[in-house]
Amino acid sequence: MGNVDLARLQFGITAIYHFLFVPLTIGMAFLVAILQTKWHRSGNEDYRRLTKFFGRLLLINIAVGVVTGLIQEFQFGMNWSAYSRFVGDVFGAPLAMEGLAAFFLESTFLGLWLFGWGRLSRRVHLTCIWLVAVGAALSAMFIMAANSWMQNPVGYQTNASTGRPELNDIGAIFSNPVFVWAYAHVLLASAVTGAIMMLAVSAWQIRKRGDGAVFLRSAKTSLVVLFPAIVLSMAVGSELGVQEATYQPMKIAAAEAQWETCQPCSFSAFQIGGGNNDQDPTKIIEIPYLLSFLATNTLDGQVIGLNELQAQYEQEYGPGYYIPNVFIQYWSMRVMAYTASAVALLALVGLWLWRRGSLMQSTWFLRICTLAVATPYIMNTAGWLLTENGRQPWVVQGLMLTEDGVSTSVSSTEILISLGVFLSVFVVVATVWIVLIGRAARSKLPEDEPEGDGTPAEEPIPTLTY
Amino acid sequence: MDLPVIWFAILAILWTGFFVLEGFDFGVGILHWFVGRNDTERRVAINSIGPFWDANEVWLVVAAAGTFAAFPGWYATMFSSLYLALVVILVALIFRGLAFEYRGKSENPRWRKVWSLGLVVSSVVIPLFLGIGLGDLLAGLPIGADQEYAGTFWNLFTPYGLLTGATFLSLCLLHGATFLGLKTTDLIRQRSHRLARIFGGTSLVLGLTWVISTYLIADGVSAIAIGFLTLLVLGVAAAATMTARERDGWAFAASAVAIGSVTGSLFASLYPNVMISSTDASNTLTIANTASGNYALTVMTIVAVIMFPLVLLYQGWNYYVFRQRVTTPPTEPSQAHDRGSRPEDEASALDPGSG
Repeated sequence: MGNVDLARLQFGITAIYHFLFVPLTIGMAFLVAILQTKWHRSGNEDYRRLTKFFGRLLLINIAVGVVTGLIQEFQFGMNWSAYSRFVGDVFGAPLAMEGLAAFFLESTFLGLWLFGWGRLSRRVHLTCIWLVAVGAALSAMFIMAANSWMQNPVGYQTNASTGRPELNDIGAIFSNPVFVWAYAHVLLASAVTGAIMMLAVSAWQIRKRGDGAVFLRSAKTSLVVLFPAIVLSMAVGSELGVQEATYQPMKIAAAEAQWETCQPCSFSAFQIGGGNNDQDPTKIIEIPYLLSFLATNTLDGQVIGLNELQAQYEQEYGPGYYIPNVFIQYWSMRVMAYTASAVALLALVGLWLWRRGSLMQSTWFLRICTLAVATPYIMNTAGWLLTENGRQPWVVQGLMLTEDGVSTSVSSTEILISLGVFLSVFVVVATVWIVLIGRAARSKLPEDEPEGDGTPAEEPIPTLTY
Repeated sequence: MDLPVIWFAILAILWTGFFVLEGFDFGVGILHWFVGRNDTERRVAINSIGPFWDANEVWLVVAAAGTFAAFPGWYATMFSSLYLALVVILVALIFRGLAFEYRGKSENPRWRKVWSLGLVVSSVVIPLFLGIGLGDLLAGLPIGADQEYAGTFWNLFTPYGLLTGATFLSLCLLHGATFLGLKTTDLIRQRSHRLARIFGGTSLVLGLTWVISTYLIADGVSAIAIGFLTLLVLGVAAAATMTARERDGWAFAASAVAIGSVTGSLFASLYPNVMISSTDASNTLTIANTASGNYALTVMTIVAVIMFPLVLLYQGWNYYVFRQRVTTPPTEPSQAHDRGSRPEDEASALDPGSG
């Protein structure tokens, strides 16, 4: 493998790994804030205990999300210095804004929330957790703005003397249609991730532990969030597909393995074979008009095939191979969509059981809910594979090829060393995370305890949180 | 003043803020093992920086992202040249961040010892390697005409870089000791005072050597740089003196001035360059030849002007809320570290607000 492949492998692995933790942080932060708000409003101690219980899961998770994000921040310059030099004028701005507007907010108020139990007034303490959640969501906003610029570069002009893109319209960066839909999609996916985790843990607790009545509350809260979040996530994702079909037609054509232009186009549920060297796979269960609808929002829309796009691109950008890995595109799209449908069904069944009043007795359903904890990780990873693999061979669509973005001064040995080091660290960290999350998820609810009245004492702090 | 110069100053402020703030929590990270003789005492030391360390670290992230946005050429060359050093720093940052959150999540003494030692090692490694990297900016690295790094990992260990790293490390230890003197009570405070005097001595020796080296290595030292270099020496001396008089607040303020003066003099000596080329002076990266365009810098300046005061305000409030000294809880048995892991205790041990 050359430098480009190694650097891509490293970026892919670190980005996917980072995003295993990010959506849970965002989603769970909002859910914990909701639980604490319920406690604040109702005074019901159950919600205080649930806030502390799920707050513990949030804290274990947030630590990994933060430290793996550091690698992303540094990696652009380390492995992709030619890219950084080329795009920093535009791409750097949202990253710097993220630090100033989001990271400070999230980290400061996380410290205040964690150490502020019983020391801050209840209202201020509640505000802290909401600000943590807002900080986490803002952080994703800036990152998605930067990422969407790579998918659909806008708001820039090319400097005639350096040939580099320079920012000339910050408003365009944040009104980029790809950004608007992708950010909404990420937020909804985060809500889904947090809600499934809460549902899975609550279901296990109801089945195995004595506090079923308390965890029924968190199970209901998570179902109320999960169902609309998953349905909206699918709808928004579908619209994101339409947007991307406009700006990145290769991405969508590859996701359907659509080699020849079609109108109207059918959607295949499965295929046998396929890939970049097999233009005639055996398609199974073809649903007429569905692809046209997914790509264009109309039943008889035209989808331009990969071969025709390749010819167009060669004319526009010169000789080269502009088709992304079709196998990854085709299957990541389906894995994401099929899993999402199953989750939507699960949430619907949950709501129906709740209505019938038999949520707590439906052991089979609770069992499935706990197993469903894997689904958000599958969907999130597949979604990122779909969108990032579909951008290839470009690092910035139409402006710079991935192979031109890599650091020229870094040797393949150095990339191999860092890849090995990060992989080992990731394995250790994942193991620790699983052990700690598993233990926290199966622990008993915190006992009822008298809270301080919130007036800070002038005496030394006798509480050890860490 | 034009915008690139303003952004150079903003980055200098961010690095200074980073070392002034995270500097003491690096110090505490190392010293917690030595000022605490049992698990409870060590927890007291760690909890003294508990509400602060995470937000302190953000100053580094913003400095890195700000360099990317304001000086893409500088960011690209710096981060690709420091490649393996940054891998080391990243691994240390990962373990350090997890150590705070995870150390208390089990009562198992071996578990706690591993995270404690990880905290010590990572808190040594990060300021040392960051110091080497920052020192190299001024000492000069082999940079070609294409602005790309032409050296290897071993070229990073310039004598001046190593000296800068050692100076930062010593000052972090001093700064951590004065912080612990300010934030703890009784035995831990007394031990911190003793350590502050020791690291006051090492910092004075290293600081003076560093001041002379900087004076010699920089191509014409500006008045601002001389001011910072003087402040560094005065700060270290004052920190040691005030510790001896048990004036904890003043000792901490003095060590803050000392460590902040290192980044201050580094950036003042660097100006108007950002990365010296040891190959050929014409290859040196400067503010002018690495900066972003006017529009991008204007937008970011507006964002910084709005956000920065807010950040200072709520970060300051955080320090105000947790201004009291941290002490050993009366209910906590001091032999906590002798107890084995007892699953039935986990719930309360894992509780974010447990006492």
